Amino acid sequence: MFPLRVGASKLVGRSSAATARHRMTATTMSAISVRDASTLVVAEPTKDGAVSASTLSAITAAVQLDGGTGKIALLSLSDGSHPPVDATSLPSEVQSILQAKLDGDSGALLAETVAEAVKAAAECGTFTHVVAASSKFGANFIPRAGALLGVSPVPDVVEILGEDTFVRPIYAGNALAKVKATDAPLKMISIRPTAFEKADASTGSSAAVTDLEVPSQSLTEWTGESVSKSDRPDLGSASVVVSGGRGMKSGDNFPILESLADKLGGAVGASRAAVDAGFVPNDLQVGQTGKVVAPDLYIAAGISGAIQHLSGMKDSKTIVAINKDPEAPIFQVADYGLVEDLFKAVPELTEKV
Amino acid sequence: IFGYSKSIRSVLKFSYHKHSTMSINKVLVGVKRVVDYAVKIRVSPDKSGVDLSNVKMSMNPFCEIAVEEAVRLKEAKKAGEVIAVSIGPKQCSETLRTALAMGCDRAIHVTTDLRTDYMQLQPLATAQLFQKVAEAEQPDLVLMGKQGIDSDAGQTGPMLAALLGWPQATFAAKVEPVGDGLVVERETDSGTETISIPKLPAVVTCDLRLNEPRYATLPNIMKAKKKKVDVMDAAEMGVDLTAKNEVLEVYDPPPRKEGIVVGSVDELVDKLKNEAGLIQ
Repeated sequence: MFPLRVGASKLVGRSSAATARHRMTATTMSAISVRDASTLVVAEPTKDGAVSASTLSAITAAVQLDGGTGKIALLSLSDGSHPPVDATSLPSEVQSILQAKLDGDSGALLAETVAEAVKAAAECGTFTHVVAASSKFGANFIPRAGALLGVSPVPDVVEILGEDTFVRPIYAGNALAKVKATDAPLKMISIRPTAFEKADASTGSSAAVTDLEVPSQSLTEWTGESVSKSDRPDLGSASVVVSGGRGMKSGDNFPILESLADKLGGAVGASRAAVDAGFVPNDLQVGQTGKVVAPDLYIAAGISGAIQHLSGMKDSKTIVAINKDPEAPIFQVADYGLVEDLFKAVPELTEKV
Repeated sequence: IFGYSKSIRSVLKFSYHKHSTMSINKVLVGVKRVVDYAVKIRVSPDKSGVDLSNVKMSMNPFCEIAVEEAVRLKEAKKAGEVIAVSIGPKQCSETLRTALAMGCDRAIHVTTDLRTDYMQLQPLATAQLFQKVAEAEQPDLVLMGKQGIDSDAGQTGPMLAALLGWPQATFAAKVEPVGDGLVVERETDSGTETISIPKLPAVVTCDLRLNEPRYATLPNIMKAKKKKVDVMDAAEMGVDLTAKNEVLEVYDPPPRKEGIVVGSVDELVDKLKNEAGLIQ
C-alpha cells in the first residue's frame, strides 16, 4: 500500500530547472516524522489559528485514506493575519505539522503562494496523498498546485473507496462518477466537506512542528476583503439552514427567514435566483455553483427547486419546502411540503417552533 | 516556435498589432460546449456515462460570462483583439459562432471527439491544450468560466495559470484593468476579496456576478459567419490526452425517500417534533 521510499528529488516528475529554482530544505529539517507521513492535509488558514470545520472534514477523509496507520501530516499556512494552527485543537490522528510562514498579511490567501507551499511540502515528505477541502479557498489553489506537481487532483470527492478510487458528483450531482486516480506516486484530492464527518478535535494532537520554507511570489497582491459578518453559524456547516428564493420578492423580506433561523439556531441561505436578483450577497448562495450544504434540517422558502439549487442541498437529512405553487419542483425532494404563502407560513412557523 | 506541430504553425499566423497604450492587446476566451443547463440528464443504464444523444447543448453559462467580459473590455477600448477558443467535436463550431456573434473577432477550434464532460478529456489535458494555444498566440489575458456545468471540476483556469507561470484570479466578480495589470474582486467563502495583479499576462475565471451576457442578435449571427475560425487537431498538438483519473462507471445518486405534503404549519411542526425528531 505504501510506495518504496525514494529520494525527494525523484518523488514527482519535475524538470531539473524547477528543482534548482526552489531551495530544498529537507536536509535542514528534522524531517523524520514528516517522512513517515503518507497523507498531507492542507489546513485552511483562519484568523485565530482555530481548525475550520472543512479542515476537520478533510482530516476525516485523510484518516480514511491512510487506513488507520495514523501517518497524517498537516500543512499549516500562516501569515501576518493568520496565526499557525493550534496543535492542541487538532485530532490526535495528525502526527506531524508542517508550518509555512508566508509573506505579508495575507500570503496565506493567495493561490500562487499556497500552491508553492503545497509543492514545497510535497517535495520534503514521501506523501502518497494530498487532501484539502473543496471550498472556494481550496478550489483556488488545489488545481494550481496539481499542475505544478504534474498531478490531476480529483475534485469534490464524496466517497473514498480505496487509496486510488474515489466517487465524485458530475452534472450538478445528478450523476456520480467512480474514478480511479492513476497519478503516481502522489495523488491529490479535494473533498466535499458535507460528505465527511468532522474529525474529533477534542483528542488534541501532540504533533511535532517542522518549519517549511516557501519561495515568495510577486505575481499577485492581496489588497482587501468584504466579509459578511454574522453571529449565525457558518452556512457550510450549520445543522439548520433556512433558505429563501425568488419568492422572497426582496432582500428587505429576508429578516423573516433570519428570525426563523435564529429561533432554530441555524444559518440563512439563498437560491441563485435570490442572489442574482440582488436580494442577498453571494456567499449565501446554495447550489451547484454556490455552497453545497447538508444540514439536519433545510427549510426552503419561496424556492422553486431548479436542478442547480437541488444539487446544493439534496443531501440534507430533512427538507421542508414552503411555496405557494403546488407544482414547484422543490416538492419532489421535500420530506415535508407546505403549499402556502411563505409570508404567512414562515412567521407562523417561527412562532410555533 | 520550437516544439509545436506543423499544423499549429501553419494555421496560426503572426498577428501584427499597431503599437497601443492598451496593456491588453489580445484576449483569449475559453468557451465550452456543454449540456444545456435546463436539461434533465439521464445516466446510461450500462453505467458508461451520461446519455448525450439528442440532448440540447449550449455554451457553458460561465463561458458566456467570460465572452461578455472580453467583449465589454474591447468595446471600452481596454482590450484589442478577442479570440474565442473551444475544444471539442465539430459542433463546437456552433458554440464558436455564438461567441463570434457576441463580439469576438476570430476563433480557434481545437477538434477532438473525446468526451469533454470529465469522462475522457480532463482538465489537465485541457489546460495543456490551452497552453499550446496561448504560447502561440501570446495573449495578455485569458478569460474562462469558473467551471463547466457538466464536469463541475473548476480546474482548467488555475491549471493553465500554473502551466504558464502566470498570476490567476478565480471566481471573478469584477475585473478592472489598472496600469499594466488588473484589479480583480473575487468571490470567497465568506464574501469577496480584492486581488491586484501588477503585471499582465494573467488567467481570470469568471463567476456569476461578473456580468449579464448579451444575447447574440440575428444580424450579428449572420456577420459571425464571415469571421475567421482556425481549426487544429488536439491529437497533433503534442499533449497527452489520456484521462489521468479513469472513470470506471457513472451511476445515479441514491434516490430520496418520498416526502409528504402537510396541510398546515401546525401539522409541519408536529411532524418536525414527533416524526423527524428535529425540534423539542
